[in-house]
Amino acid sequence: MENSINTERHEYDVVVIGAGGAGLRAAIEARQQGKRTAIVCKSLFGKAHTVMAEGGAAAAMGNVNPDDNWMVHFRDTMRGGKFLNNWRMAELHAKEAPDRVWELEAWGALFDRTKDGKISQRNFGGHEYPRLAHVGDRTGLEMIRTLQQRVVALQQEDYETHGDYEAYIKVFAECTVTRLLKDGDAISGAFGYWRETGNFILFDAPAIVLATGGIGKSYVVTSNSWEYTGDGHALALLAGANLINMEFIQFHPTGMVWPPSVRGILVTESVRGDGGVLRNSEGKRFMFDYVPDVFKDKYATSEEEGDRWYTDQANNRRPPELLPRDEVARAINAEVKAGRGSPQGGVFLDVSTRLPAEEIKKRLPSMHHQFKELADVDITAEPMQVGPTCHYIMGGVEVDADTGAAAVPGLFAAGEVSGGMHGSNRLGGNSLSDLLVFGRRAGAGAAAYVDGLAARPKVADDAVEAAREEAIAPLGRSGENPYEVHHELQRTMNDLVGIIRKPGEVAEALQVVEKLKERVALVGAAGSRVYNPGWHLAIDLRNMVLVSECVARAALLREESRGGHTRDDFPGMNPEWRRKLLVCSTEGGSAVRVEEKIQPRMRDDLISLFEREELSKYLTDEEMTEFDGIAKS
Amino acid sequence: MSYKAKFKVWRGEGGEGRLEDFTVEVNEGEVVLDIIHRLQATQAPDLAVRWNCKAGKCGSCSMEINGKPRLGCMTRMSTFEEDETITVTPMRTFPVIKDLVTDVSYNYQKAREVPSFTPPADVRPGEFRMKQVDVERSQEFRKCIECFMCNNICHVIRDHEENKPAFSGPRFLMRIAELDMHPYDVADRQETAQEEHGLGYCNITKCCTEVCPEHIKITDNALIPMKERVVDRKYDPLVWLGNKIFKRTS
Repeated sequence: MENSINTERHEYDVVVIGAGGAGLRAAIEARQQGKRTAIVCKSLFGKAHTVMAEGGAAAAMGNVNPDDNWMVHFRDTMRGGKFLNNWRMAELHAKEAPDRVWELEAWGALFDRTKDGKISQRNFGGHEYPRLAHVGDRTGLEMIRTLQQRVVALQQEDYETHGDYEAYIKVFAECTVTRLLKDGDAISGAFGYWRETGNFILFDAPAIVLATGGIGKSYVVTSNSWEYTGDGHALALLAGANLINMEFIQFHPTGMVWPPSVRGILVTESVRGDGGVLRNSEGKRFMFDYVPDVFKDKYATSEEEGDRWYTDQANNRRPPELLPRDEVARAINAEVKAGRGSPQGGVFLDVSTRLPAEEIKKRLPSMHHQFKELADVDITAEPMQVGPTCHYIMGGVEVDADTGAAAVPGLFAAGEVSGGMHGSNRLGGNSLSDLLVFGRRAGAGAAAYVDGLAARPKVADDAVEAAREEAIAPLGRSGENPYEVHHELQRTMNDLVGIIRKPGEVAEALQVVEKLKERVALVGAAGSRVYNPGWHLAIDLRNMVLVSECVARAALLREESRGGHTRDDFPGMNPEWRRKLLVCSTEGGSAVRVEEKIQPRMRDDLISLFEREELSKYLTDEEMTEFDGIAKS
Repeated sequence: MSYKAKFKVWRGEGGEGRLEDFTVEVNEGEVVLDIIHRLQATQAPDLAVRWNCKAGKCGSCSMEINGKPRLGCMTRMSTFEEDETITVTPMRTFPVIKDLVTDVSYNYQKAREVPSFTPPADVRPGEFRMKQVDVERSQEFRKCIECFMCNNICHVIRDHEENKPAFSGPRFLMRIAELDMHPYDVADRQETAQEEHGLGYCNITKCCTEVCPEHIKITDNALIPMKERVVDRKYDPLVWLGNKIFKRTS
């Protein structure tokens, strides 16, 4: 009989969960530092959600505008996140992104080029200079393929040396982790199942890197794939780590709105970066009416000036279509609510009157293809219809900026599943570079942690048995269909904890979540253990419900509007709240606790990179007095 | 707007299976993958299908629809008549794991056998300088989303299991061409393309190009030029002489 003793077992130094950009970069680093490394991923190798990233990777290489440097990128990132960011992460990110991009090129990536043969860089919302290294509008695919091929290159090296491709790095594809295991306080391994067979698998490992991405599948309208069920967020919580900033969710302003079956699929920001404009049903470029005070002096006030900016950035300000994503999403939401939306419930995004057809096909080939194939719309001849879609969670595992270490010894996190880097709102292009910078750092952090261990933590048999029982349970029950529970969760989060949050609605969502918890405990999955999607969903539901509770609880507490969190009853930013993070934790997973925590003060040399006038829009009087002290000395 | 469609879907595992009949609701704008998902949610919760992005970007949901290799997420229901029975089966060239999910490990093995990008040892990260026109050839091949439908349709292995060890399929022959055309790659790839990856098996019927969801001209832009490079080298007397001398002195 199958039990915890005869479960398939593997020993590794570092186990990376997730094979997107962050996971692969972490695994490459751990292996390069001589660690035996496993990559565990829910999909096939090379299919991770990173392939969906379109625009590019932000890195201040200065290839297009030589005035760009890490300090400008740092400032843009902090502004984009409304100064809530973990400033140390924003600093490391801005400083290291160019090296991470160049490294990809040495591993075979082929980015688009400038005239002098360097990596070309494109404009994007919130970035002062053209900064995104890109390949047309399929940059994420290029990145995942390059990292995948780098893993293969390392395997080929190992084959030469050891006669075994998988001697030091092995991919466990279509394998899902359901529990992290601990020895006392420290990580000792991970438990999961093979999707293909339904058989269980145990990893005995002192260090785990979470790189599982986001939580979008808790929402109906999302750009995220089925994998985005908040697994890493939930695994970390259940292992005793903290999540921060969970109230901040980025609704990308431009998702497809029609046909219904593709509602939410992303329309890249590059459309606007390359000249596309947003119009309402009256034909008006409405974004000019939505420039918030903090950005007033940085954006054009007339269409003429905005249009001139594309060719002369030195003497003009950028068009407001290129405001950070939170601003644009709220503006579209407001236009639709005011009855000025498009026939299919979005607004118009038009590039057809702005660029020649050939140029559109060359710069935006995926978008041209996507609209042609899925909506029967030719974007070179007519406008697209777009609306906000749940795209990215800024919140995630609270980590040490330099090493990616979570509060639990042996646990690390990188990429979307980690929190802090992007503050309350992420700039487009800062995700791909985030994956590379912090993927590498988490891989290195995990390797160093393993080196420093006096003794290897042990996997406890009873914990394995408990994980096994938990995972198999839905198969034995003749309970409710998991698809129905999932659908109700998605509708609840979409309707009640969406772009605009009302305290009554969020409280109502929490009541629904409580009831859903009970239903999740009773869902049943018919069929065998072999590749059984109903069973897999039943297991994923635990994670989605837990993470949704974090989002809703934090959203109810934060009484201000900032970035990816907009409260109907507190429409403005509050400097007191800027200093505070909301930290989620749980004991046993039955309930989420949220506590306030004061942010550490920004280092003097970093805060001095900003003008006093700008800081005064974000900081408290007390903080400004401190700043004046620094400025004097 | 909405109608009931007739579907036949391959169900089975462990080497056995059959087509199962379903009648299922279809709404405006939907694709075949939506219908498979509706079957999962309403009639067959354990129906296995591989998918991920649902936007034609990840290449997971490869299947055969009315006998033709297609991405389920990019096949609109409006391309069929309402009274047409739609037959959905797994890719034929790879072993079936369950229902529409196949074991595509052949592809990952072949990927591992292609030597990786090999830049000159003295070029450091950040020093690469390439013209756009020089990277465009390889960029076309890097659009590949690894749906493996080109390898699935290729007659060299579609019904010839015995050819699999010696033939890497269009996907990985194209990968070799991609590297061979990379401005900075210095590895010798032409001989191995022929000798180790079976380029000679390809008789340019262009089936791979026809099924490519990314519209990559696999045959015209990758396989034929690669064949030409191999031939040029084989019959070029100077190259032949150079090889002889090199071999003798090494």
